[in-house]
This record gives sequence, structure tokens and C-alpha cells, in this order.
Amino acid sequence: MDALMTLKQINYEVADKQILHDIDWQIPTGAHITVTGPSGGGKSTLLRIMAAMITKTSGELTFAGQPIESYDPIMYRRQVSYCFQQPTLFGETVADNMAFPYQIRKQSMDREHVITALTNFGLSERTLQQAVTELSGGERQRVALIRNILFLPQVLLLDEVTAGLDEDNKQLIHAWLRRLNEQKHVTTIMITHDATEIAAADQLVKVVAGRLEVAQ
Amino acid sequence: MNLAVNNTSLFLAAMLVLVALAISLWQKLGLDKDIVIGVIRAVVQLFLVGYLLKYIFRVNNLWLTLAMIAFIIFNAAWNARKRGPGIDHALGISLLAILISTGVTLGVLVLSGAIKFIPSQMIPISGMIASNSMVAIGLAYRSLNSQFHDHRQGVLERLALGSGLLDASIAIVREAIRTGMSPTIDSAKTVGLVSLPGMMSGLIFAGVDPVRAIKYQIMVTFMLLSATSLGSIIACYLAYRNFYNEHKQLK
Ligand SMILES: Nc1ncnc2c1ncn2[C@@H]1O[C@H](COP(=O)(O)OP(=O)(O)OP(=O)(O)O)[C@@H](O)[C@H]1O
Ligand SMILES: [Mg+2]
Repeated sequence: MDALMTLKQINYEVADKQILHDIDWQIPTGAHITVTGPSGGGKSTLLRIMAAMITKTSGELTFAGQPIESYDPIMYRRQVSYCFQQPTLFGETVADNMAFPYQIRKQSMDREHVITALTNFGLSERTLQQAVTELSGGERQRVALIRNILFLPQVLLLDEVTAGLDEDNKQLIHAWLRRLNEQKHVTTIMITHDATEIAAADQLVKVVAGRLEVAQ
Repeated sequence: MNLAVNNTSLFLAAMLVLVALAISLWQKLGLDKDIVIGVIRAVVQLFLVGYLLKYIFRVNNLWLTLAMIAFIIFNAAWNARKRGPGIDHALGISLLAILISTGVTLGVLVLSGAIKFIPSQMIPISGMIASNSMVAIGLAYRSLNSQFHDHRQGVLERLALGSGLLDASIAIVREAIRTGMSPTIDSAKTVGLVSLPGMMSGLIFAGVDPVRAIKYQIMVTFMLLSATSLGSIIACYLAYRNFYNEHKQLK
């Protein structure tokens, strides 16, 4: 398989503090990778660099054979979509959040498609009119995730998106992610601290003190 | 006209400053130095402006009038800029915003015949327009700064979804424009009920029939609405881009 993303000697530094050291990593097209490691190790930072949310200090990052610098960051982020650890929702209602990905593409919301997505994640049409402030933590997390996949990206970067969810919901999201990976060929990289998720990983990668360790 | 302030009465009225000074000393407010400096500055600046305006009005030269208006606009922009720390090109943005808002508003007033193109009307009116536009822009900058700080996570999330910079900022930009305009709208609602604003008070004071004076105040209300809305919208649309870097990331 071709590498969809290639990281060569990626370093990241803020305020004289080196957060990532010489990261070399090849991500094959269609991979389903689990990333773990101690808190503060640099997992979120690494994924944010890959999502063009922050810029590496040095090194090379290519996506689909082209250096990241050659892409318009906005279009790039629609292909390499990052879902935040502890996301916040915007606007007033869930519908506002669902409409946003359409709004930025100058399209009107495809209600059918949104309702299907909500149902896939154990929510319902009724959720649409709910105020974002009324949602439970787990519901909020799922709504945020749905925003990222209404338009399927090529790469989905998930930052502890199942943290704080109950087992049923975790299962639901895993099954759904696997389907997305197998049937829609979306390359998925997910960060987790969850022992069950780590045990179930196809491919496990560890980020420890800013360095990448490929585990078996 | 019954205007009777002369040097002697002004000097006696200076007793009022002593009231403030006495309170400052008595209550140990530590404001006595500021009061003295403030009073001296006010007297000197106003005398200078008085003589300058008298000269400009007498010469009644087009270029001199325009230069004076340009000077007012530049000063207003300089002050507005101070309210936008961290915003690059705040001076240029403020200058453009105040220039356009003042220019358009003055243009409409002159073309409609509400004011005449003479220095004694153009200059004070430009000052009112530019200073209100300046305050509106300052408020809008402050709002942009605080919202980009407070709603950082929301902006980041919009960006991560592949949003363009305007789509990621539009809620903040709208709120900042609203913040810039709202004092003018609020005061339009209470004008005449709570305070008798400067323009109208001044005319009444000078002996003008109140019914004529309020017509000027109505004109002022209209012109300030136009000045603050134009100033805020131009400044916000030019300034929001500053909160992002060249990689379209939030700074
Ligand atoms: N903008 C920044 N300024 C200063 N330090 C930062 C910045 N961003 C990240 N860091 C530091 O970099 C280190 C790695 O942070 P990161 O969020 O990537 O860790 P993580 O592996 O995702 O941790 P967790 O599992 O707790 O989410 C931390 O020590 C963090 O404090
Ligand atoms: Mg993290």
C-alpha cells in the first residue's frame, strides 16, 4: 500500500520547549491506527500538525504525495479532518452544528443525510432541535464527531473521542469507525488511553515524551 | 445673544476646580496632580483650538478646511488604534474606516443641504462624526480581542472542519460590529429624555429656538448612526484576518 501521509523528521517547538522530536511516520492508505502514550507526551500536538491546525517547526510532511505547504489549508482540512479532545459545540442548537459543514461549502443542509448520521450514532431527529447546552457529555462528543464526517474526509484524526462515553456508546463508535474504514476506505487515526481500545488495536503507536514508538 | 462668559467670570468659575482639588486632598485620593495638569491642558488646548478655528473660519480656504478635517481624522484613527493592541495595521485600518465613514456621512449631509460647505460647519461636524466613529471602532476592536480570546476553541473547531476564515469568524465579527454600534443606538432611543445632547444644548444656549435646535439634533442622530455603523463594519472586516497567521491558523 502507498503511504497516504509521510512524516519525516518532524520537530515542534513552542517557547523554546521542544514538544516533538524527529518524528518519522508513514501512514498507509486505509490504515486504522491507534495512538496512545502518557499524558503530555505530544499526541494531540502531533495530530494537530497533521491536521494543519498548527505548523511544524521543521521536517517534512506530505499528504497524497504533495508537501503540506502546497495545499490550501482550508481545503486540506476538509480532507484531513481533526476531531478535538473535549469539543465545544457552537451556535444554539444541534441543528446549527449539523448545518455548519454545509454552510462552509455553500450548500443547504441535507436533512436526510444528517438524520441518518444521528441515528447511526444512537441519536435521533429529535436531537436536532435540542439546545447544545442541554446535551450530556457523551451526546456532545457524538454531535461533534458527526460534524467531521457529514462530508467524508480521506483521513480522520480522532483525539480521545470516546473518553467519557459508556461502553455501549464506545462500541457504537468503534463499530461505526471500523465500517467507515473498511467500506469507505477512510484512513483513521485515533488517540486513546482506554485499555480495551488499546487491546483491540490493529496497529498501535505510542508517543512518549515527544518521540514516536511503533509497538507491535 | 446672551452669552456672557468673559475672562473675569471664567477666572471666578475656576473656583470650581478648587472644589475638586479640596476633595482630592481631603480624601487623600492622590488626584491633585492629575487635576492640575488636566485643567492646565484643557485651558491651553482649548485656547489654541479657539484661536486656530477663528483663523481658519476667517480665511475660509478650501484646502485649509480639508487639511483640518484630515488632521481630525488622523487623530481619531491614532486614538482608535490604541484600543486594538495586538491588531497589526490597526492604524491603517482605523484610518480607512474613519475616512470612509466620515467622508460618506459628511457627503450626504452636504449634498442634502443639511450643512453648508463652510469651515464653521464642516469642521465641528467632522469632529463629531470622526470621534464617534473612533469610539465605535475602539469598542469593536476590544470586542474582537476579547471574543477571539474567549471563543478560541469554537474558532479552532470551525477551522478544523475546513471552514474559511470568514466563516470561522463571522459570529465574532457580527458581535463586534454590534458592540461598536450599540451605544449610538441606545443613545438614539433616550435622546432628549435622559440628556440634552451637546449639539442641541449648545444651540439652545446660544439662543436658538428649541424647535430648530432639535432638527439639528435629529440630523446628528442620523449622522452618528451612519458613522458608527460604517466605521465598525469596515474596521471589523479588515481586522479579523489579523487574528490568523499565513497558514490560516488562529494565532
Ligand atoms: N501551545 C503550547 N504552548 C506551550 N506548551 C504546549 C503547547 N501545546 C502543547 N504544549 C505542551 O506540549 C506537551 C504535549 O501536549 P499534548 O496536548 O500534545 O499532549 P497529549 O499527549 O495529547 O496529552 P493528553 O493525553 O493529556 O491529551 C504538553 O506538555 C503541553 O503542555
Ligand atoms: Mg491530548
